Amino acid sequence: MIDATAPLLSMRAINKAFGGIPALSEASLEVGQAEVHALIGQNGAGKSTMIKILTGYVARDSGEIAFDGSAFEARSPQDAQAKGISTIYQEINLVPYRSVTENICLGRESRRFGLLDWSAMHAEARALLSRFQVDIDVRRPLMRFSTATQQMVTIARAIGFKARLVIMDEPTSSLDEREVKVLFDVIRQLKTSGVSVIFVSHKLDELYAVCDRVTIMRDGRTVRVADMKDVNKVELVASMLGRDIAQVAKSATAFGGRASHIGDVVLEATRLNAGHKVHDVSFSVRKGEIVGFAGLLGSGRTETVRLVFGADPLRSGGFAIDGKAFAPREPIDAIARGVGFASEDRKLEGIIPDMSVAENLTLALLPQLTRAGVVDATKQRAVVENFIRSLGIKCASPDQPIRELSGGNQQKVLLARWLAMSPALLLLDEPTRGIDVGAKAEIQRIIKQLAEDGLGVLMISSELEEVIEGSDRVFVLREGRNVAELSHDQASEAAVMSAMAHGETEAALGERAP
Amino acid sequence: MTQLDLAPASPARKRDWRPRIARHATLAALIALVAFNFAFTNHFASLQTLYVNLTQVATIVIVGVGMTLVIATGGIDLSVGSLMAISGALAPIIFLGKIAPIGEIHLAVGVAMIVAVLVAGAFGWFNGWLITRFRIQPIIATLVLFIAGRGIAQVSTNGNLQPFKVPAFQWIGLGRWLGAPVQVVIMLVLVVAAMWALKSSLFGRQILAIGGNERAARLSGVPVASVKRWVYCISGLCSGIAGLVVIAINSSSDANLVGMGMELDAIAAVAVGGTLLSGGRATIWGTLLGALIIQLVRYTLLANGVPDDVAKLVKAGLIVAAVWLQGRGRT
Repeated sequence: MIDATAPLLSMRAINKAFGGIPALSEASLEVGQAEVHALIGQNGAGKSTMIKILTGYVARDSGEIAFDGSAFEARSPQDAQAKGISTIYQEINLVPYRSVTENICLGRESRRFGLLDWSAMHAEARALLSRFQVDIDVRRPLMRFSTATQQMVTIARAIGFKARLVIMDEPTSSLDEREVKVLFDVIRQLKTSGVSVIFVSHKLDELYAVCDRVTIMRDGRTVRVADMKDVNKVELVASMLGRDIAQVAKSATAFGGRASHIGDVVLEATRLNAGHKVHDVSFSVRKGEIVGFAGLLGSGRTETVRLVFGADPLRSGGFAIDGKAFAPREPIDAIARGVGFASEDRKLEGIIPDMSVAENLTLALLPQLTRAGVVDATKQRAVVENFIRSLGIKCASPDQPIRELSGGNQQKVLLARWLAMSPALLLLDEPTRGIDVGAKAEIQRIIKQLAEDGLGVLMISSELEEVIEGSDRVFVLREGRNVAELSHDQASEAAVMSAMAHGETEAALGERAP
Repeated sequence: MTQLDLAPASPARKRDWRPRIARHATLAALIALVAFNFAFTNHFASLQTLYVNLTQVATIVIVGVGMTLVIATGGIDLSVGSLMAISGALAPIIFLGKIAPIGEIHLAVGVAMIVAVLVAGAFGWFNGWLITRFRIQPIIATLVLFIAGRGIAQVSTNGNLQPFKVPAFQWIGLGRWLGAPVQVVIMLVLVVAAMWALKSSLFGRQILAIGGNERAARLSGVPVASVKRWVYCISGLCSGIAGLVVIAINSSSDANLVGMGMELDAIAAVAVGGTLLSGGRATIWGTLLGALIIQLVRYTLLANGVPDDVAKLVKAGLIVAAVWLQGRGRT
């Protein structure tokens, strides 16, 4: 607004690798004076690494950063804050038990005769908050207030530090609609007072509501920079996923052709509601069918699948398995009904790193291998060797610790953990994430084979190709709602992307158009 | 070579000696201590010295077995000493006939032992319940009984010392079975049983799975809450047995003193033994060795005229060394 030609922040040719794996390659980001700049991309695109480098959490390998016209180097987030860049995270990271005033003034307290000058600090806190029409008792502990108010406090704190640039990392993820409106007002105020904002969000509508420009990242690179008014939502999605909008031709994954023997309904889910992330989602999975869940990050795919497995509490709605009501309260209930679940986070929720391949593989099956409390080691061995052979798991021996295996082989062990149970339904959250190309094709072939053998599969994938080619039916989720159900023939890349972006398929949009 | 090719090259492979030392440091230290004593301590090479050391270490090992299981789940149990006091206070009340006189002394002693140990087990189960039901951190949850447990023991005896002379009962602390002190036999039975359970039973596998990755364990259908409650219950039962052994040796039960500081001795034995304090890897054998080392260090220093206070410093040094080696041993 003030002078668009001299940017406030310019990050150029940033490179960063973690343990030899590049997270950023020649990435760039430029934010103008008093500009609200959207930063978007899929998981692993490099957004957060970019922000962490800017705020001094991690050091870059190479690249230049200029802030306010001169070279910029932050040694720590505190240092960045002192130099005018404040970050507001998804989870509020203040001190919940201390008062609002303390949280706003922490690190730059007013002192008089060596003592804290409380009245001055309270007055300052009140003044800062009043700029956003927030009128609260600043002496009460922060945790007494709603998330939205806490966020305002964080922003007030940033302003108190004379921030020139405020980074907001998915600030709306835990806010309701009204609170989002208030936040947007605050962002606009920041802008008029000359502060720039980097706005990270997966909710595309929000970008159009507050952002001036957008930087799209993919695979550690900056793939597109544009004015918000010049791009439509489908183009945003296409850029994030790396798709040419005109390209609708299907390339080959290892999934091959369609399943021929789709049977009765295994799982019926009706009007599921839970937390902030799942609203009225209904779907079904049949025997021998691969059902895909597509959607952007934060669309509620994982949250929905975890409900089926009893991993998170359901607020309302219900399930039926093989036509009989099913209400899992714990994963163990779901397992008893023949449901298996492989989490998207292998390290955190999949493997037990110190245990052997054999122990990891038989973890869920173990009660069935046990007689009178004693594990039948011979039987266990037989099961393990059988799966190592049939899935082609590469390990030195069944006794090798699983942490020493490659990602693809770990994933095969986790698949085997469920296959050993002879399940009726398998829930796979990003089954091929972080796996090299060869192992990926193998895992896709295994999934396909399982479906042909009559297993019902529910698969989440952020890779368009995988979810479209692999699935017999695709459900598209958007902001916690099920917005489209597409048969394999209807599920073109264009249709899925358009549903991810607008919440409707292009065909439906066309019908409504006059 | 083909085997190595399959595993990703980890930097730790180059410095292979450290985990190896960590793995065998406990045993090496024990052997060194024994060798030192053979050389320098008078009258060390006698069956009597062996039994003296073993009887003194038995209670630590008995409690340490339960503690190892607790720590294997990633928890900790501070209440063991207080549970020993409860069991130690309860048993004499019963076999001395203070509640209801039981004519047959063997029956009275049997009932007293079983009830005392079961009550300690029930309190242990209560620890597990606090931890799983309200998601309280184990160190805080067991702190409740660490403080209150000794109070319960004192109240139930009105704060009085309970002296007794009941050979049928004191057999557990003073008797011999096949020539070996009874509590040493109990200790060995518990050690072998726990080693077997950790290795071969479903329960043992589930304990290690929870300690190794609790979220993954839950998502694989491990009944996390129930396993944890049982583990704390077992720790309580072990403490109960140890409490009986202590009062049997002393011919009296003093609620103020029974099991005092035991939680630290047991945790030290587990740590020195090489069990990972963050859970997921556990060695009962190591706990036994760890307890023996701590005991032998104390004995060595005392036998050579070094005061007990200094022995405590050495014990502290041992723990630091063990934990340091553990940190090195992990990659």
